[in-house]
Amino acid sequence: MDTFNLLLQGFSTALTPMNLMFACLGVLLGTAVGVLPGIGPAMAIALLLPLTYNLEPTSALIMFAGIYYGGMYGGSTTSILLNTPGESSTVITAIEGHKMAKAGRAAQALATAAIGSFVAGTIGTALLAAFAPLVVKFAVSLGPSSYLAIMVLGLLTVTAVLGASKLRGFASLGLGLAIGLVGLDPVTGQQRLVFGIPLLSDGLDIVVVAVAIFAVGEALWIAAHLRRNTMSTIPVGQPWMGKQDWKRSWKPWLRGTALGFPFGAMPAGGAEVPTFLSYSVEKKLTKHPEEFGHGAIEGVAGPEAANNASAAGTLTPLLALGLPTNATAGVMLAALMQFGIQPGPLLFQNEPVLVWGLIASLFIGNTLLLLINLPMAPLWARLLGIPRPYLYAGILFFATLGAYAVNLQAFDLVILLVLGALGFAMRRFGLPILPLIIGLILGPRIESQLRKAFQLSAGDVSGLWNEPVAVVVYLLVALILCWPLVALAWHRFRPAKEEEPARGAGIEQELHQSRL
Amino acid sequence: MTQQATATGKPAAVKGRSELGIAALLGVAGAVVLWDASRLVVPYSVSDPVGPKTLPVIIGTLLLVTAVLLAVNVLRGGRGQAEEGEDVDLSHPADWKTVLPLAGAFVLNILLIDVAGWVISGTLLFWGSVWALGGRNYLRDGLVSLAMALLAFYGFYFGLGIKLPAGILAGIL
Repeated sequence: MDTFNLLLQGFSTALTPMNLMFACLGVLLGTAVGVLPGIGPAMAIALLLPLTYNLEPTSALIMFAGIYYGGMYGGSTTSILLNTPGESSTVITAIEGHKMAKAGRAAQALATAAIGSFVAGTIGTALLAAFAPLVVKFAVSLGPSSYLAIMVLGLLTVTAVLGASKLRGFASLGLGLAIGLVGLDPVTGQQRLVFGIPLLSDGLDIVVVAVAIFAVGEALWIAAHLRRNTMSTIPVGQPWMGKQDWKRSWKPWLRGTALGFPFGAMPAGGAEVPTFLSYSVEKKLTKHPEEFGHGAIEGVAGPEAANNASAAGTLTPLLALGLPTNATAGVMLAALMQFGIQPGPLLFQNEPVLVWGLIASLFIGNTLLLLINLPMAPLWARLLGIPRPYLYAGILFFATLGAYAVNLQAFDLVILLVLGALGFAMRRFGLPILPLIIGLILGPRIESQLRKAFQLSAGDVSGLWNEPVAVVVYLLVALILCWPLVALAWHRFRPAKEEEPARGAGIEQELHQSRL
Repeated sequence: MTQQATATGKPAAVKGRSELGIAALLGVAGAVVLWDASRLVVPYSVSDPVGPKTLPVIIGTLLLVTAVLLAVNVLRGGRGQAEEGEDVDLSHPADWKTVLPLAGAFVLNILLIDVAGWVISGTLLFWGSVWALGGRNYLRDGLVSLAMALLAFYGFYFGLGIKLPAGILAGIL
């Protein structure tokens, strides 16, 4: 069956009343958590994981994907009206968008962000539907050695490329891998890091860890530095755009989409880099350079589109390879595993209803998001006025409730508090959260893949690089690890000034390889 | 968490070094992982030459190496960038008068949840958290807390089929 037919079948899955309801719930929740300060999509999904144990996996994932997309929409509302971006991917939106809002053009800024997000999200989802099966077709032919190499690559790029400090990234990765070790060794059945505590022998529940790091750690961290002076939001009416705004917006939307999708799909692309690139591209191409820095609509349209297209891009390696590349994708992978679904290239074969239902629901969710965001923006903006004590007490309350409900044992709450404290300390000292979560999820899978590779080669070490893809990927890993040295040499020869292009070139190279 | 005690209002030189606590934490974690790995038995196996020990040793070593490098980095003046956010104001130091009561409410919930039941412990958790975060409308806060706990209790029971502990209110709820 070809992609189009599969997609049509997906729509028949996604359009059942039950799944449609979960899509609606997802986009509503997503927009809300996007608007609300202090909560992001990753935390929201982590908090909901325990509540979805008894749900149909397809419905739950449709809801989670709605939260992911919705968070992107809601985040732009906050950046435009409040000028304090919650996520790094909306920093750029805040620059121009907030200037527009101050100049009385909040309605246009919100409109171009919402419509641009819709355009980018729809094109991005179409690209996902087109590319993911191709990646899968390629990936199913790979043996454990190649798959192992790809997972190692994913782990290292997330750690070494993103974040301000590589050292702190690796520290965080080490902690995540160590947490992933707790429990029984899958081959010999020996206890690792159990310390004679029987409750630990099943390993730490990934849901509890995610809730602790994302929700408890974050709530405690914000509580320690809670903003005393309330921030003023800019009042806003109905979002709308004039003819001139449309004319200036549509090209940036498309260019932003073209930048966002590939970056989202690479192991360490994320949403941050493409929004920055989109901004600088628009700044170069604009016919109104004088407006940049004072509220240029192109500077909102492009980055917002890039942001949303990257979300669709992120889902490509997640669904096709089982490789999460950002926090939200990591938590979604945890959700898959919670339902006992094995992520990886076989997902499309084993769970076609789920995968295509999910992809179809993204189209539906995107449309719903446009409908609920465009007319209701003023309503959403009122969420910003929620009393902070209730908001953060609520996060702690639901975190506790969820973590307890997993196994109904108070011991999980002790773990929740300990790891929450770890999450707090990591935020305080600039240890990135992402490598910990990715390490926790991928660590055990890397180990089992490694041992599988050896089993297939009957213990021969060459089993690790008996496939050309594995060799190529390892070379790439070596390149990334040696990158600081290369960059150092580069600066020796060409001092200063060249930093940005150099980084961009490196990323493009990676992009080329990661699409394989 | 040992480094947190030093985070309040000390001279910059001392305050900055509190990050050494993270290095210590990494070092201890690495040592524990390696110690734990050392007592694993590796059965001879042709098909599993990796064994249960390899990965723990790699991870423990990674933790120890990052611990040393981080300590060097901090002593040389390197600093981790504290995370920012919409409601985060980094211009004032960490406010322990908020965080400690929050942790207290959390611990109280752990102690009470199986004995007194979720409705009581959850109410106290929410109420205590709101108070710690600066809510001073005692009556409204209390009613909201009770409503949240009851809603969660019945929502989980009827909606998800999960029975949260009723505790001393068994029979009444």
